[in-house]
Amino acid sequence: MDEIDTLIQIKGLRDSLLVSIAEAPWEEQRAALLSQIDARQAFFQGARLALDVGTQIVKVNELVELRDRLSERNVSLWAVISESPTTENTAQLLGLATRISKPRPEDTRQFAVQDLGEETALFVNRTLRSGTRIEFESHVVVLGDVNPGAEIVAEGNIIVWGRLRGAVHAGSKGNERAVVCALDLLPMRLQIAGDAMNVAGRKETGTPEMAFIQDQRVIIEPWQPGNTG
Amino acid sequence: MTAHVITISSGKGGVGKTTTVANLAVALAADGAKVVCIDGDIGLRNLDVVMGLENRIVYDIVDVIEGRCKLRQAMIRDKHLTELYLIPAAQTRDKNAVSPSDMTRLCNELRPEVDFILIDSPAGIERGFRNAIAPADRVLVVTNPEVSAVRDADRVVGILEAEEKRQTGLIINRLNPVLVKQHDMLSANDVLDLLGIQLVGIVPEDEGVIVSSNRGAPVAQDPKSRAGQAFRNIAKRIRGEDIPLMEFGRQDGLWDRIQKMAGGRKA
Repeated sequence: MDEIDTLIQIKGLRDSLLVSIAEAPWEEQRAALLSQIDARQAFFQGARLALDVGTQIVKVNELVELRDRLSERNVSLWAVISESPTTENTAQLLGLATRISKPRPEDTRQFAVQDLGEETALFVNRTLRSGTRIEFESHVVVLGDVNPGAEIVAEGNIIVWGRLRGAVHAGSKGNERAVVCALDLLPMRLQIAGDAMNVAGRKETGTPEMAFIQDQRVIIEPWQPGNTG
Repeated sequence: MTAHVITISSGKGGVGKTTTVANLAVALAADGAKVVCIDGDIGLRNLDVVMGLENRIVYDIVDVIEGRCKLRQAMIRDKHLTELYLIPAAQTRDKNAVSPSDMTRLCNELRPEVDFILIDSPAGIERGFRNAIAPADRVLVVTNPEVSAVRDADRVVGILEAEEKRQTGLIINRLNPVLVKQHDMLSANDVLDLLGIQLVGIVPEDEGVIVSSNRGAPVAQDPKSRAGQAFRNIAKRIRGEDIPLMEFGRQDGLWDRIQKMAGGRKA
Protein backbone atom coordinates (compact mmCIF):
# COMPACT_ATOMS: atom_id res chain seq x y z
CA MET A 1 0.00 0.00 0.00
CA ASP A 2 2.81 2.40 0.86
CA GLU A 3 4.36 1.86 -2.49
CA ILE A 4 1.12 2.60 -4.23
CA ASP A 5 0.63 5.77 -2.24
CA THR A 6 3.96 7.18 -3.30
CA LEU A 7 2.79 7.06 -6.90
CA ILE A 8 0.32 9.80 -6.19
CA GLN A 9 0.63 13.34 -4.96
CA ILE A 10 -2.33 15.55 -4.27
CA LYS A 11 -2.28 19.30 -4.12
CA GLY A 12 -5.17 21.65 -3.52
CA LEU A 13 -5.81 24.26 -6.21
CA ARG A 14 -8.15 27.22 -6.05
CA ASP A 15 -11.21 25.25 -7.05
CA SER A 16 -9.97 21.75 -7.72
CA LEU A 17 -7.40 19.12 -6.80
CA LEU A 18 -4.19 18.55 -8.74
CA VAL A 19 -3.17 14.90 -8.74
CA SER A 20 0.34 14.14 -9.95
CA ILE A 21 1.10 10.57 -10.83
CA ALA A 22 4.65 9.21 -10.90
CA GLU A 23 5.77 7.25 -13.92
CA ALA A 24 4.50 3.68 -13.86
CA PRO A 25 2.41 1.39 -16.03
CA TRP A 26 -1.05 2.90 -16.54
CA GLU A 27 -2.78 -0.03 -14.85
CA GLU A 28 -0.85 0.67 -11.61
CA GLN A 29 -1.39 4.40 -11.74
CA ARG A 30 -5.07 3.93 -12.31
CA ALA A 31 -5.38 1.45 -9.45
CA ALA A 32 -3.40 3.70 -7.12
CA LEU A 33 -5.59 6.69 -7.86
CA LEU A 34 -8.87 4.82 -7.48
CA SER A 35 -7.80 3.15 -4.24
CA GLN A 36 -6.77 6.53 -2.84
CA ILE A 37 -10.17 7.92 -3.68
CA ASP A 38 -11.97 4.91 -2.19
CA ALA A 39 -9.90 5.20 0.98
CA ARG A 40 -10.66 8.89 1.43
CA GLN A 41 -14.18 9.16 0.10
CA ALA A 42 -15.21 12.11 2.19
CA PHE A 43 -12.24 14.13 1.02
CA PHE A 44 -12.77 13.43 -2.67
CA GLN A 45 -16.56 13.65 -2.65
CA GLY A 46 -17.67 16.07 -5.37
CA ALA A 47 -14.10 17.11 -6.20
CA ARG A 48 -12.85 18.30 -9.56
CA LEU A 49 -9.61 16.60 -10.51
CA ALA A 50 -6.75 17.78 -12.69
CA LEU A 51 -4.47 14.88 -13.50
CA ASP A 52 -0.77 15.48 -14.15
CA VAL A 53 0.64 12.47 -15.99
CA GLY A 54 4.09 13.91 -16.75
CA THR A 55 5.64 12.66 -19.96
CA GLN A 56 3.55 9.52 -20.12
CA ILE A 57 1.35 8.80 -23.11
CA VAL A 58 -2.20 7.95 -22.12
CA LYS A 59 -4.57 6.43 -24.66
CA VAL A 60 -8.08 7.62 -25.40
CA ASN A 61 -9.82 4.50 -24.13
CA GLU A 62 -7.77 4.59 -20.92
CA LEU A 63 -8.80 8.17 -20.23
CA VAL A 64 -12.43 7.50 -21.05
CA GLU A 65 -12.47 4.51 -18.74
CA LEU A 66 -10.84 6.46 -15.91
CA ARG A 67 -13.25 9.33 -16.34
CA ASP A 68 -16.16 6.88 -16.04
CA ARG A 69 -14.68 5.22 -12.93
CA LEU A 70 -14.18 8.67 -11.38
CA SER A 71 -17.66 9.87 -12.12
CA GLU A 72 -19.05 6.70 -10.51
CA ARG A 73 -17.30 7.94 -7.38
CA ASN A 74 -18.77 11.42 -7.80
CA VAL A 75 -15.41 12.89 -8.79
CA SER A 76 -15.14 14.80 -12.05
CA LEU A 77 -12.07 14.84 -14.21
CA TRP A 78 -11.74 18.26 -15.86
CA ALA A 79 -8.11 18.50 -16.91
CA VAL A 80 -5.19 16.35 -17.94
CA ILE A 81 -1.79 18.00 -17.75
CA SER A 82 0.87 16.36 -19.83
CA GLU A 83 4.21 17.12 -21.38
CA SER A 84 3.36 14.84 -24.26
CA PRO A 85 1.56 16.52 -27.14
CA THR A 86 -0.08 13.21 -28.00
CA THR A 87 -1.67 12.95 -24.58
CA GLU A 88 -2.64 16.63 -24.68
CA ASN A 89 -4.34 16.01 -27.99
CA THR A 90 -6.15 13.02 -26.59
CA ALA A 91 -7.35 15.01 -23.61
CA GLN A 92 -8.56 17.82 -25.83
CA LEU A 93 -10.44 15.33 -27.97
CA LEU A 94 -12.34 14.35 -24.86
CA GLY A 95 -13.07 17.97 -24.10
CA LEU A 96 -10.71 18.10 -21.13
CA ALA A 97 -8.57 21.11 -20.28
CA THR A 98 -4.82 20.68 -20.66
CA ARG A 99 -3.61 23.65 -18.74
CA ILE A 100 -4.31 24.97 -15.29
CA SER A 101 -4.27 28.69 -15.05
CA LYS A 102 -2.46 30.22 -12.17
CA PRO A 103 -4.63 32.07 -9.70
CA ARG A 104 -4.97 35.50 -11.24
CA PRO A 105 -4.56 38.80 -9.52
CA GLU A 106 -7.82 39.89 -11.13
CA ASP A 107 -9.60 37.26 -9.12
CA THR A 108 -11.98 39.16 -6.91
CA ARG A 109 -11.30 36.85 -4.00
CA GLN A 110 -7.76 38.15 -3.76
CA PHE A 111 -8.84 41.69 -3.13
CA ALA A 112 -8.51 42.79 0.42
CA VAL A 113 -11.95 43.24 1.83
CA GLN A 114 -11.48 45.76 4.54
CA ASP A 115 -13.70 45.93 7.52
CA LEU A 116 -14.79 49.50 7.94
CA GLY A 117 -16.80 48.78 11.04
CA GLU A 118 -20.45 48.98 10.06
CA GLU A 119 -19.95 48.51 6.36
CA THR A 120 -17.40 46.85 4.15
CA ALA A 121 -15.89 48.02 0.89
CA LEU A 122 -13.96 46.32 -1.82
CA PHE A 123 -10.72 48.14 -2.49
CA VAL A 124 -9.29 47.67 -5.99
CA ASN A 125 -5.77 49.01 -6.30
CA ARG A 126 -5.33 48.98 -10.09
CA THR A 127 -6.85 50.03 -13.37
CA LEU A 128 -9.83 47.95 -14.49
CA ARG A 129 -9.39 47.13 -18.14
CA SER A 130 -11.85 46.13 -20.84
CA GLY A 131 -13.42 42.75 -20.13
CA THR A 132 -13.15 42.98 -16.33
CA ARG A 133 -16.33 42.83 -14.29
CA ILE A 134 -16.57 43.39 -10.57
CA GLU A 135 -19.67 42.67 -8.58
CA PHE A 136 -19.76 43.31 -4.87
CA GLU A 137 -22.40 43.33 -2.17
CA SER A 138 -21.29 46.63 -0.71
CA HIS A 139 -19.16 49.62 -1.77
CA VAL A 140 -16.40 49.48 -4.37
CA VAL A 141 -13.40 51.80 -4.29
CA VAL A 142 -11.01 51.84 -7.25
CA LEU A 143 -7.60 53.45 -7.06
CA GLY A 144 -6.97 53.64 -10.80
CA ASP A 145 -9.02 54.07 -13.96
CA VAL A 146 -12.09 52.15 -15.07
CA ASN A 147 -11.60 51.74 -18.82
CA PRO A 148 -14.29 51.40 -21.49
CA GLY A 149 -15.46 47.79 -21.55
CA ALA A 150 -14.96 47.29 -17.79
CA GLU A 151 -17.99 47.03 -15.51
CA ILE A 152 -18.69 47.54 -11.82
CA VAL A 153 -21.91 46.49 -10.13
CA ALA A 154 -22.12 47.42 -6.44
CA GLU A 155 -24.94 47.29 -3.95
CA GLY A 156 -23.44 50.36 -2.30
CA ASN A 157 -21.43 53.34 -3.55
CA ILE A 158 -18.80 53.34 -6.28
CA ILE A 159 -15.81 55.61 -5.81
CA VAL A 160 -13.20 55.87 -8.54
CA TRP A 161 -10.01 57.71 -7.75
CA GLY A 162 -9.19 58.03 -11.43
CA ARG A 163 -11.00 58.23 -14.75
CA LEU A 164 -14.31 56.44 -14.95
CA ARG A 165 -14.95 55.40 -18.57
CA GLY A 166 -16.61 52.00 -18.18
CA ALA A 167 -20.08 50.95 -17.09
CA VAL A 168 -21.19 51.33 -13.46
CA HIS A 169 -24.28 50.40 -11.51
CA ALA A 170 -24.41 51.60 -7.91
CA GLY A 171 -27.14 50.62 -5.47
CA SER A 172 -27.78 47.61 -7.66
CA LYS A 173 -30.29 46.10 -5.23
CA GLY A 174 -32.37 49.25 -5.27
CA ASN A 175 -30.56 51.52 -2.80
CA GLU A 176 -31.47 54.97 -4.10
CA ARG A 177 -29.08 56.67 -1.70
CA ALA A 178 -26.06 55.15 -3.43
CA VAL A 179 -23.65 57.51 -5.21
CA VAL A 180 -20.99 57.28 -7.89
CA CYS A 181 -17.95 59.53 -7.54
CA ALA A 182 -14.97 59.85 -9.84
CA LEU A 183 -12.13 62.27 -10.42
CA ASP A 184 -13.24 62.26 -14.04
CA LEU A 185 -16.78 60.99 -14.46
CA LEU A 186 -17.36 60.03 -18.09
CA PRO A 187 -18.88 56.54 -17.97
CA MET A 188 -20.25 54.59 -20.91
CA ARG A 189 -23.22 53.61 -18.78
CA LEU A 190 -24.31 54.99 -15.45
CA GLN A 191 -27.08 53.55 -13.34
CA ILE A 192 -28.06 54.12 -9.73
CA ALA A 193 -30.69 51.78 -8.30
CA GLY A 194 -33.39 51.60 -10.99
CA ASP A 195 -32.51 54.77 -12.88
CA ALA A 196 -30.07 54.79 -15.78
CA MET A 197 -28.76 58.14 -16.86
CA ASN A 198 -28.31 59.08 -20.47
CA VAL A 199 -24.61 59.88 -20.54
CA ALA A 200 -24.22 60.22 -24.30
CA GLY A 201 -22.58 63.44 -25.32
CA ARG A 202 -21.20 64.31 -21.88
CA LYS A 203 -17.87 66.11 -22.07
CA GLU A 204 -14.91 66.10 -19.73
CA THR A 205 -15.36 68.73 -17.08
CA GLY A 206 -11.91 68.54 -15.57
CA THR A 207 -13.29 68.40 -12.07
CA PRO A 208 -14.29 65.57 -9.71
CA GLU A 209 -17.99 64.84 -9.87
CA MET A 210 -20.65 62.90 -8.05
CA ALA A 211 -23.75 61.23 -9.42
CA PHE A 212 -26.76 60.64 -7.18
CA ILE A 213 -30.51 60.37 -7.33
CA GLN A 214 -32.67 63.41 -6.80
CA ASP A 215 -36.40 63.40 -7.50
CA GLN A 216 -36.10 59.88 -8.89
CA ARG A 217 -33.54 60.90 -11.48
CA VAL A 218 -29.79 60.54 -11.61
CA ILE A 219 -28.03 63.87 -11.71
CA ILE A 220 -24.36 64.76 -11.77
CA GLU A 221 -22.83 67.62 -9.87
CA PRO A 222 -19.30 68.80 -9.20
CA TRP A 223 -18.08 67.17 -6.03
CA GLN A 224 -17.94 69.39 -3.00
CA PRO A 225 -16.49 68.71 0.39
CA GLY A 226 -19.23 68.03 2.87
CA ASN A 227 -21.65 66.89 0.17
CA THR A 228 -22.41 63.31 1.05
CA GLY A 229 -25.48 62.78 -1.09
CA MET B 1 23.90 34.12 -25.91
CA THR B 2 20.46 33.93 -24.46
CA ALA B 3 17.66 35.17 -26.60
CA HIS B 4 15.07 37.74 -25.69
CA VAL B 5 11.63 36.35 -26.60
CA ILE B 6 9.24 39.05 -27.81
CA THR B 7 5.64 38.32 -28.73
CA ILE B 8 3.71 40.74 -30.94
CA SER B 9 0.03 40.74 -30.09
CA SER B 10 -3.06 42.93 -30.50
CA GLY B 11 -6.40 41.28 -29.79
CA LYS B 12 -8.02 42.75 -32.88
CA GLY B 13 -7.08 41.41 -36.31
CA GLY B 14 -5.70 43.46 -39.15
CA VAL B 15 -3.88 46.08 -37.10
CA GLY B 16 -0.45 45.08 -38.42
CA LYS B 17 0.99 42.38 -36.14
CA THR B 18 2.51 40.37 -38.95
CA THR B 19 3.88 43.46 -40.69
CA THR B 20 5.39 44.58 -37.40
CA VAL B 21 7.05 41.21 -36.77
CA ALA B 22 8.51 41.10 -40.29
CA ASN B 23 9.81 44.65 -40.12
CA LEU B 24 11.26 44.43 -36.62
CA ALA B 25 12.94 41.14 -37.55
CA VAL B 26 14.48 42.66 -40.67
CA ALA B 27 15.59 45.78 -38.79
CA LEU B 28 17.13 43.80 -35.93
CA ALA B 29 18.90 41.38 -38.28
CA ALA B 30 20.19 44.23 -40.47
CA ASP B 31 21.70 45.63 -37.30
CA GLY B 32 23.67 42.43 -36.83
CA ALA B 33 21.43 40.52 -34.40
CA LYS B 34 20.60 36.87 -34.93
CA VAL B 35 16.81 36.66 -35.16
CA VAL B 36 14.27 33.87 -35.43
CA CYS B 37 10.62 34.67 -36.21
CA ILE B 38 7.93 32.20 -35.29
CA ASP B 39 4.54 32.39 -36.97
CA GLY B 40 2.08 31.56 -34.21
CA ASP B 41 -1.00 31.82 -36.43
CA ILE B 42 -1.49 28.15 -37.13
CA GLY B 43 -4.05 27.51 -39.82
CA LEU B 44 -3.88 31.07 -41.16
CA ARG B 45 -0.20 31.56 -41.74
CA ASN B 46 1.05 34.63 -43.55
CA LEU B 47 4.30 35.79 -42.00
CA ASP B 48 6.07 33.72 -44.68
CA VAL B 49 4.32 35.72 -47.42
CA VAL B 50 5.15 39.09 -45.90
CA MET B 51 8.79 38.01 -45.52
CA GLY B 52 8.87 36.64 -49.07
CA LEU B 53 9.75 33.09 -47.99
CA GLU B 54 6.54 31.32 -48.91
CA ASN B 55 8.01 29.07 -51.58
CA ARG B 56 10.84 27.83 -49.38
CA ILE B 57 8.71 26.11 -46.76
CA VAL B 58 9.36 22.40 -46.34
CA TYR B 59 8.66 21.82 -42.65
CA ASP B 60 6.63 23.89 -40.21
CA ILE B 61 6.25 24.41 -36.47
CA VAL B 62 3.83 21.51 -36.03
CA ASP B 63 6.33 19.18 -37.73
CA VAL B 64 8.90 20.23 -35.13
CA ILE B 65 6.52 19.80 -32.22
CA GLU B 66 5.31 16.43 -33.39
CA GLY B 67 8.85 15.27 -34.05
CA ARG B 68 8.74 14.85 -37.82
CA CYS B 69 11.79 17.05 -38.27
CA LYS B 70 14.57 18.74 -36.34
CA LEU B 71 14.16 22.36 -35.26
CA ARG B 72 17.00 23.33 -37.62
CA GLN B 73 15.20 21.85 -40.60
CA ALA B 74 12.14 24.03 -40.05
CA MET B 75 14.19 27.25 -39.82
CA ILE B 76 14.07 29.01 -43.19
CA ARG B 77 16.89 31.43 -43.81
CA ASP B 78 16.02 34.86 -45.22
CA LYS B 79 16.96 35.61 -48.82
CA HIS B 80 19.10 38.62 -47.97
CA LEU B 81 19.91 38.61 -44.27
CA THR B 82 21.96 35.58 -43.30
CA GLU B 83 21.17 35.86 -39.58
CA LEU B 84 17.39 35.98 -40.01
CA TYR B 85 15.24 32.85 -39.87
CA LEU B 86 11.56 32.01 -40.00
CA ILE B 87 9.77 29.06 -38.45
CA PRO B 88 6.50 28.98 -40.41
CA ALA B 89 3.10 27.99 -39.10
CA ALA B 90 1.28 24.93 -40.39
CA GLN B 91 -1.45 25.81 -42.85
CA THR B 92 -3.42 22.60 -42.64
CA ARG B 93 -3.74 22.30 -38.88
CA ASP B 94 -5.39 24.37 -36.18
CA LYS B 95 -4.29 26.07 -32.97
CA ASN B 96 -4.87 22.99 -30.87
CA ALA B 97 -1.94 21.26 -32.56
CA VAL B 98 0.32 23.39 -30.35
CA SER B 99 0.21 23.91 -26.58
CA PRO B 100 1.68 26.73 -24.50
CA SER B 101 4.24 24.29 -23.09
CA ASP B 102 5.24 23.27 -26.63
CA MET B 103 5.99 26.91 -27.42
CA THR B 104 7.99 27.34 -24.23
CA ARG B 105 10.03 24.23 -24.95
CA LEU B 106 10.71 25.27 -28.51
CA CYS B 107 11.87 28.73 -27.45
CA ASN B 108 14.06 27.30 -24.72
CA GLU B 109 15.77 25.16 -27.31
CA LEU B 110 16.41 28.23 -29.45
CA ARG B 111 17.42 30.62 -26.69
CA PRO B 112 21.12 29.73 -26.45
CA GLU B 113 21.65 30.17 -30.19
CA VAL B 114 20.04 33.50 -31.08
CA ASP B 115 19.63 37.10 -29.88
CA PHE B 116 15.93 37.60 -30.52
CA ILE B 117 12.92 35.36 -30.99
CA LEU B 118 9.91 37.24 -32.37
CA ILE B 119 6.56 35.49 -32.16
CA ASP B 120 3.64 36.58 -34.34
CA SER B 121 0.49 36.05 -32.30
CA PRO B 122 -2.85 35.33 -33.96
CA ALA B 123 -5.73 37.72 -33.38
CA GLY B 124 -8.10 36.94 -30.55
CA ILE B 125 -7.47 35.97 -26.94
CA GLU B 126 -7.94 32.21 -27.24
CA ARG B 127 -5.62 29.24 -27.53
CA GLY B 128 -3.37 30.63 -30.27
CA PHE B 129 -2.82 33.83 -28.30
CA ARG B 130 -2.10 31.85 -25.12
CA ASN B 131 0.43 29.78 -27.05
CA ALA B 132 2.14 32.88 -28.37
CA ILE B 133 2.50 34.67 -25.03
CA ALA B 134 3.54 31.61 -22.99
CA PRO B 135 7.29 31.86 -23.69
CA ALA B 136 7.44 35.67 -23.96
CA ASP B 137 9.87 37.78 -21.94
CA ARG B 138 8.17 40.82 -23.36
CA VAL B 139 4.89 41.40 -25.18
CA LEU B 140 4.49 44.27 -27.60
CA VAL B 141 0.86 45.20 -28.15
CA VAL B 142 0.12 46.66 -31.58
CA THR B 143 -2.90 48.88 -32.00
CA ASN B 144 -4.33 51.36 -34.50
CA PRO B 145 -5.65 54.73 -33.42
CA GLU B 146 -9.23 53.44 -33.61
CA VAL B 147 -11.66 52.92 -30.77
CA SER B 148 -12.27 49.23 -31.46
CA ALA B 149 -8.56 48.36 -31.80
CA VAL B 150 -7.73 50.23 -28.60
CA ARG B 151 -10.54 48.48 -26.73
CA ASP B 152 -9.16 45.08 -27.75
CA ALA B 153 -5.63 46.13 -26.91
CA ASP B 154 -6.88 47.12 -23.44
CA ARG B 155 -8.36 43.65 -23.00
CA VAL B 156 -5.05 42.06 -24.03
CA VAL B 157 -3.10 44.26 -21.64
CA GLY B 158 -5.50 43.21 -18.88
CA ILE B 159 -4.86 39.53 -19.61
CA LEU B 160 -1.10 40.09 -19.70
CA GLU B 161 -1.27 41.83 -16.33
CA ALA B 162 -3.27 38.93 -14.94
CA GLU B 163 -0.67 36.48 -16.28
CA GLU B 164 1.96 38.63 -14.60
CA LYS B 165 3.74 39.42 -17.84
CA ARG B 166 4.93 42.76 -16.60
CA GLN B 167 7.11 43.69 -19.55
CA THR B 168 4.66 45.16 -21.98
CA GLY B 169 5.12 47.80 -24.65
CA LEU B 170 2.81 49.61 -27.03
CA ILE B 171 3.20 50.17 -30.77
CA ILE B 172 0.70 52.52 -32.37
CA ASN B 173 0.49 51.55 -36.03
CA ARG B 174 -0.99 53.40 -39.02
CA LEU B 175 -1.28 56.81 -37.41
CA ASN B 176 -2.42 59.43 -39.88
CA PRO B 177 -1.23 62.86 -38.65
CA VAL B 178 -3.58 64.72 -40.99
CA LEU B 179 -6.65 62.92 -39.66
CA VAL B 180 -5.49 63.42 -36.09
CA LYS B 181 -5.12 67.12 -36.72
CA GLN B 182 -8.66 67.29 -38.07
CA HIS B 183 -9.80 65.40 -34.95
CA ASP B 184 -11.00 62.54 -37.14
CA MET B 185 -8.64 60.01 -35.56
CA LEU B 186 -7.57 59.27 -32.02
CA SER B 187 -4.24 60.87 -31.26
CA ALA B 188 -1.30 58.88 -29.93
CA ASN B 189 -1.91 60.61 -26.64
CA ASP B 190 -5.57 59.51 -26.51
CA VAL B 191 -4.43 55.91 -27.00
CA LEU B 192 -1.68 56.12 -24.41
CA ASP B 193 -3.95 57.83 -21.95
CA LEU B 194 -6.27 54.87 -21.95
CA LEU B 195 -3.81 52.01 -22.11
CA GLY B 196 -1.23 53.46 -19.76
CA ILE B 197 1.64 51.21 -20.81
CA GLN B 198 5.08 52.11 -22.10
CA LEU B 199 5.13 53.46 -25.66
CA VAL B 200 7.75 51.76 -27.83
CA GLY B 201 6.95 53.50 -31.09
CA ILE B 202 4.51 55.13 -33.47
CA VAL B 203 4.36 54.02 -37.09
CA PRO B 204 2.78 56.45 -39.57
CA GLU B 205 0.26 55.32 -42.15
CA ASP B 206 2.19 54.50 -45.33
CA GLU B 207 0.87 52.92 -48.52
CA GLY B 208 4.32 51.54 -49.19
CA VAL B 209 3.73 49.02 -46.39
CA ILE B 210 0.96 47.27 -48.33
CA VAL B 211 2.99 47.19 -51.54
CA SER B 212 6.04 45.81 -49.78
CA SER B 213 3.98 43.19 -47.88
CA ASN B 214 2.66 41.89 -51.18
CA ARG B 215 6.17 41.79 -52.60
CA GLY B 216 7.57 40.06 -49.56
CA ALA B 217 10.12 42.80 -48.92
CA PRO B 218 9.45 44.56 -45.58
CA VAL B 219 9.69 48.38 -45.66
CA ALA B 220 12.32 48.38 -42.93
CA GLN B 221 14.78 47.65 -45.74
CA ASP B 222 13.75 50.76 -47.62
CA PRO B 223 15.86 53.71 -46.39
CA LYS B 224 13.35 56.24 -47.81
CA SER B 225 10.22 54.86 -46.19
CA ARG B 226 8.83 56.76 -43.20
CA ALA B 227 7.19 53.64 -41.82
CA GLY B 228 10.44 51.77 -42.40
CA GLN B 229 12.30 54.39 -40.37
CA ALA B 230 9.74 54.08 -37.58
CA PHE B 231 10.24 50.29 -37.47
CA ARG B 232 14.03 50.69 -37.47
CA ASN B 233 13.69 53.08 -34.54
CA ILE B 234 11.53 50.60 -32.63
CA ALA B 235 14.14 47.90 -33.26
CA LYS B 236 16.81 50.17 -31.80
CA ARG B 237 14.65 50.86 -28.75
CA ILE B 238 14.18 47.13 -28.29
CA ARG B 239 17.96 46.85 -28.18
CA GLY B 240 17.98 49.45 -25.42
CA GLU B 241 19.00 52.54 -27.39
CA ASP B 242 17.40 55.83 -26.49
CA ILE B 243 15.88 57.03 -29.77
CA PRO B 244 13.52 60.02 -29.75
CA LEU B 245 10.09 59.60 -31.31
CA MET B 246 9.71 60.66 -34.92
CA GLU B 247 8.07 63.92 -35.78
CA PHE B 248 5.18 63.58 -38.21
CA GLY B 249 4.50 66.60 -40.36
CA ARG B 250 4.77 69.94 -38.64
CA GLN B 251 1.91 69.79 -36.27
CA ASP B 252 2.45 71.63 -33.07
CA GLY B 253 -0.41 69.90 -31.30
CA LEU B 254 0.76 66.37 -31.99
CA TRP B 255 4.40 67.09 -31.29
CA ASP B 256 3.55 68.73 -28.01
CA ARG B 257 1.54 65.71 -27.03
CA ILE B 258 4.26 63.27 -28.06
CA GLN B 259 6.78 65.20 -26.03
CA LYS B 260 4.45 65.14 -23.11
CA MET B 261 3.97 61.38 -23.22
CA ALA B 262 7.68 60.83 -23.71
CA GLY B 263 8.08 62.40 -20.30
CA GLY B 264 9.28 65.83 -21.38
CA ARG B 265 7.66 69.01 -20.23
CA LYS B 266 5.35 70.90 -22.49
CA ALA B 267 7.07 74.02 -23.79
